[in-house]
Amino acid sequence: MENVVFDRIQKEIDGSDVVLYMKGTAVFPQCGFSAAVVQVLSQLGVAFKDVNVLEDSVIRQGIKEFANWPTIPQLYVKGEFVGGCDIVREMYETGELQELLQQKGVPYEQAA
Amino acid sequence: MSVTENIKQKLEANFNPEKLEIIDESQKHIGHSGYNEQGESHFHILIVSDRFEGLSRLDRQRIVYKTLETELADRVHALSLKCMSPLEK
Repeated sequence: MENVVFDRIQKEIDGSDVVLYMKGTAVFPQCGFSAAVVQVLSQLGVAFKDVNVLEDSVIRQGIKEFANWPTIPQLYVKGEFVGGCDIVREMYETGELQELLQQKGVPYEQAA
Repeated sequence: MSVTENIKQKLEANFNPEKLEIIDESQKHIGHSGYNEQGESHFHILIVSDRFEGLSRLDRQRIVYKTLETELADRVHALSLKCMSPLEK
């Protein structure tokens, strides 16, 4: 059972460069923490796939076990778990997120 | 014991922090999902401890989450964390 869910998640995070598991959608986030990550990605002009965990309770639970991380949102870049809201914001502020995107070959815009 | 006091005791026992700030931000979330009428549902925590040294950001938060597992499963809906080692101040 678990493996079926993990397989689905693995395919999802391998299928797009940047994937955000969140509450709500990129257009209509339903949680302040999810909204904060969407905002960071938007500021960087990064294209990403949003997965609304509120619409899928199996993924909502499964993603927590997959990453060994108890909270949503969760950001993945090139299949690798980066972190939740605090970490993404911190890395954006220090420039580490931009560095990571560059290393992984994910296009983004540097704010003027 | 209040949730805040409980969190404080657990973190002090597990991390022997040089600095610990626990801010109850529940009032900012009135009406949101996860808001509890009794309050103490949303927290921001700053913790400076040498236990974080050499650990990645992910692992630092993981051990704090693990310590507060019971609270997260119950009243605490959201936890915003800043985990630093004393060398990073």
